[in-house]
Amino acid sequence: MLRVTWRNLVARKVRLLLSAFAIVLGVAFVAGSLIFTGAMGGAFDDIIEGSTADVEIAYEGANTFESQEDARVMPASVADELEQLPEVGSVHPTTNLMSVFVIGEDDKVVGGNGAPGLGFNPTDATAITGKKIITVAEGELPDGPDEVALDEDTAEKAGYEVGDTVPLVTPGSPPTMEAELTGIVQFGAGGLNGATLTLMDLEFMQDRFFGGEDVYNAISLNAAEGVSQQELADAVQPLLPEGVVAKTGDESVEENQATIDEVMGFLNTFLLVFAAVSLVVGTFLIINTFSILVAQRSRELALLRALGASRRQVNRSVLLEAVGVGIIGSTLGLVGGYLLALGLKALFGTFGLDLAGAEFPVTWTTIVVSYAVGILVTVVAAYLPARRAARVAPVQALRDDVAMPEASLRVRMLVGALLVAVGAASIAAGLLELGGEVLLLLGGGALAVLIGAALLSPLVGRPVVRAFGVLFRPFGTVGQLATENSLRNPRRTAATASALMIGLALMAMMSILGSSASASTDKAIEESLTSEYIVSNAVGQPFSPDIARQIAELDSVDTVASLRYANPELEGGGSAWMGAVDPTAFASVMRVPMEAGSLAELTRDKALVSSQVAEDRDLGIGDTVTLKFQGGDVDVQIAGITDAGASLPVEWVVTQETLEKGGLKPLDSMVFVTKAEGATTAELREGVDAITESLPTVTLKDPQEFADEQKGQINQFLYLIYGLLALSVLIALLGVVNTLALSVIERTREVGLLRAIGVSRTQLRTMIRLESMVIAVFGALLGVLIGVVFGVSLISTLEDEGLTELVVPWAALVAFVVGAAVLGVLAAVFPARRAARLDVLRAITAE
Amino acid sequence: MTEQTALSPQTTGVAAQVRGLTKVYGSGQAEVRALDGVTLDFHERQFTAVMGPSGSGKSTLMHCCAALDRATDGTVVVGGTDLASLKDKQLTRLRRDRIGFVFQSFNLVPTLTARENILLPMSIAGRKPDQEWYDLVIDTVGLADRLDHRPNELSGGQQQRVAVARALVSRPSIVFADEPTGNLDSRSGAEVLSLLKRSVDEFGQTVVMVTHDPVAAGYTDRVVFLADGKVVDELRQPTAESVLERMTMFAAPAANEG
Repeated sequence: MLRVTWRNLVARKVRLLLSAFAIVLGVAFVAGSLIFTGAMGGAFDDIIEGSTADVEIAYEGANTFESQEDARVMPASVADELEQLPEVGSVHPTTNLMSVFVIGEDDKVVGGNGAPGLGFNPTDATAITGKKIITVAEGELPDGPDEVALDEDTAEKAGYEVGDTVPLVTPGSPPTMEAELTGIVQFGAGGLNGATLTLMDLEFMQDRFFGGEDVYNAISLNAAEGVSQQELADAVQPLLPEGVVAKTGDESVEENQATIDEVMGFLNTFLLVFAAVSLVVGTFLIINTFSILVAQRSRELALLRALGASRRQVNRSVLLEAVGVGIIGSTLGLVGGYLLALGLKALFGTFGLDLAGAEFPVTWTTIVVSYAVGILVTVVAAYLPARRAARVAPVQALRDDVAMPEASLRVRMLVGALLVAVGAASIAAGLLELGGEVLLLLGGGALAVLIGAALLSPLVGRPVVRAFGVLFRPFGTVGQLATENSLRNPRRTAATASALMIGLALMAMMSILGSSASASTDKAIEESLTSEYIVSNAVGQPFSPDIARQIAELDSVDTVASLRYANPELEGGGSAWMGAVDPTAFASVMRVPMEAGSLAELTRDKALVSSQVAEDRDLGIGDTVTLKFQGGDVDVQIAGITDAGASLPVEWVVTQETLEKGGLKPLDSMVFVTKAEGATTAELREGVDAITESLPTVTLKDPQEFADEQKGQINQFLYLIYGLLALSVLIALLGVVNTLALSVIERTREVGLLRAIGVSRTQLRTMIRLESMVIAVFGALLGVLIGVVFGVSLISTLEDEGLTELVVPWAALVAFVVGAAVLGVLAAVFPARRAARLDVLRAITAE
Repeated sequence: MTEQTALSPQTTGVAAQVRGLTKVYGSGQAEVRALDGVTLDFHERQFTAVMGPSGSGKSTLMHCCAALDRATDGTVVVGGTDLASLKDKQLTRLRRDRIGFVFQSFNLVPTLTARENILLPMSIAGRKPDQEWYDLVIDTVGLADRLDHRPNELSGGQQQRVAVARALVSRPSIVFADEPTGNLDSRSGAEVLSLLKRSVDEFGQTVVMVTHDPVAAGYTDRVVFLADGKVVDELRQPTAESVLERMTMFAAPAANEG
């Protein structure tokens, strides 16, 4: 039996490759996600280890990968005291900033797409890796005012050489400055993953950014000969001011790695969700392929049974074949995954995460997971067809035409209907938050509905395909033949279409989500914004409050209100999406409808929360909440609850003093500007433009432009999702190719007959194309329908989250269906050519 | 038998003209001469049987005449058209418009009803059948009440009769039947053969049938015997007995061939 299995695999290379393809893509997605996140994690590990000294001293919560820019500083005397300790080898005080951006020769910000712009003074500290944190590659380190050194990548990207003048955007005042490039340095292990590094002289930084005081934010220590990290940390801790902690290098590395791992974990999950979608689609494809293969081989299987093979042996033979397909698919998938990881690297590179220096290791975990997933999915998918194969009666070997025993459609319908019902209930439970893991309920429910719909689809298939028959009238007999062929095996048509349905359902849902979000943004901005202009950074990077101050001085400006973002932890878990404002100024730039209390009551140590937060956290007016900022806890009292219709970009509103109390450096995220009476729009624009001109990170927008920018972000995200779902659509299309190719093989004699009695090659190709279109459009229609249901129900429950508008983008949905039809025609290219090229004589006489 | 006669389109009384037809498969050691200079006329309004042992080239002859295969050498003229000069597209059209087929099995498209199958060659061409002729054909095959059935709802004999009707309905120059009774029991076979014979005798069609069944050959007007790719004998107004007698004469060399 083993030999029969092996021969079958070898004899049907093309079919094998086609069915393996689904696995290849699914596994590639899994492997690619793992490899990519692994590489990214590795790259960050290198940075972390390459930049951490034996002991790192900083205020609690500051100076880590998740900190915001911190305002707390310690006096220089601390460093002097540390020098005296025998355990201390060397002391390296630093002043550091996280938003120092280099403007390149092309007048654009280098990096600047979300990655931090690190700025600190040259340090001579040695990292725990044994290498210096900073090594000079060219020129020398800056040691006076208006001098800088850049890391190699940044200098290269910006196009500067030693001696050039480098324009910079800093959090200082004024925000822009120019400096001479004195040297080019290497940071830690080499790369910075897209972040930029600007080194400036210590005293110069203190002068410019720390009010001229001799202070530091952090100190790195190298231990004396023979002193361990822990011993050193223990020795220095008593000398430190309150709130300042000495962490061993290992501890610090661990902490930062944990932060990175969390982000990587999220990214990994995000990517793996799409891998899962691809695998589900792939499973459909494999079930279908194996069903067809088994059906085509029914005579051969019957012969095996007649010759004495047991059911078990037949069953096992088919399953073994599946294992073979799984192994081959997984192997190719691993290779594909590696390529995909490189593709993701390029993609993320365009978003500013530069992994040029990262290694892309294929770990054992990746290999094991890839093979396990690939083989498991194939075997599970082949199980049903294999069982059916084993049910072939030996006597059928003697018959001319063998019909595979098929389970009754009724059972299938019942199971399908049940799955849809259970899935819908689960989704409802998830949406209404009736308990349980919400994501699990939603995801599992959606999966159940999709599989249920796939099972039910043969039922819907008949009338839909019939409708196509009407559309195909102009094609005459060829159209009729195509229609009849699609109806010939409704399960097969439906199963192939269902694979496409899944991807399109998710795409349709996302398109509704996206367009509703865009419309809600529009409405929110239109209804609530009363200022004429908004100054902000497209990616939400904070900028110097100096800009707001300068704008306020313009004659054409009436009011200026700034919004500062913060994200403190909350007592009892979770964090607050918070904006800090000056209440008086803010009231004149934005309408804030209140459910209770008023914006006017927002004073020091008070806060406004959204009705959603109030409900979730059971907060009422007068309640006190502890906000855990990185610089310490701040208690605020709830002074008002904003209406669900309020279109604030944040859920919590506090005063800006609260943020400063929390140790955050004052940096604006958005500045709202209203025009002075009598001033013209042009005047105002001109004035603001003059201020922001030298700040490429920050732009001036009117509400419409601002809305467009926001929508641009939504669309960018949407396209990313489309791109990832496109892979599952691609797999489904391969399924169409597969089904058609196998159908053509199965119908070889019929094709020969048609050709013999005068059907031309062109007509034959048209026939196959139309068949392909039927499948593709059927799947697309089902998918769009389900996607609309998903999308609409999702939006209706997200109304409280600010998605007030429900917009179904009909044009996009129609485009999906039309696109599917086009892709269907493309999918038919190979099978159609194959059919048209069949040798008439051989086809007629084929067995 | 000269080049001139072969190409002359005015030839009357001949539905298909075969001159020096040679078909070689493979080359060198593996060379097989399936047809070796066959020269032959299939006359109009005649029912001709082509017989011969396995490997004699009878199927190849039919395939070459029916524009399903190309000859290595020699000419085939069907209804005045030299097949060698035609491209695939034109050959397809010729098959569609001028030639009818009945195969041994799998003659019908399973998704179409009997009626649709019968009209298939015409509807592919986008033409309407001559109603009178269509009625006559349907009447003759005797399946008027089964026209809306699909092939799997018809018996083997009924299926073959539908195939005959399909072959006849476009009034082709010539109908080729490849072992049309090979898969049928003797009674169904007889029905199909009578049908073919009637189409010749009563409607003036031309039918060429490949068979190795002497009983089937007995229905025809003329039997052509092939062996080793050559025409070796011919019999006019055959009976099953006379055919069988001739066949035994060729049986010996055929056995040697292996």
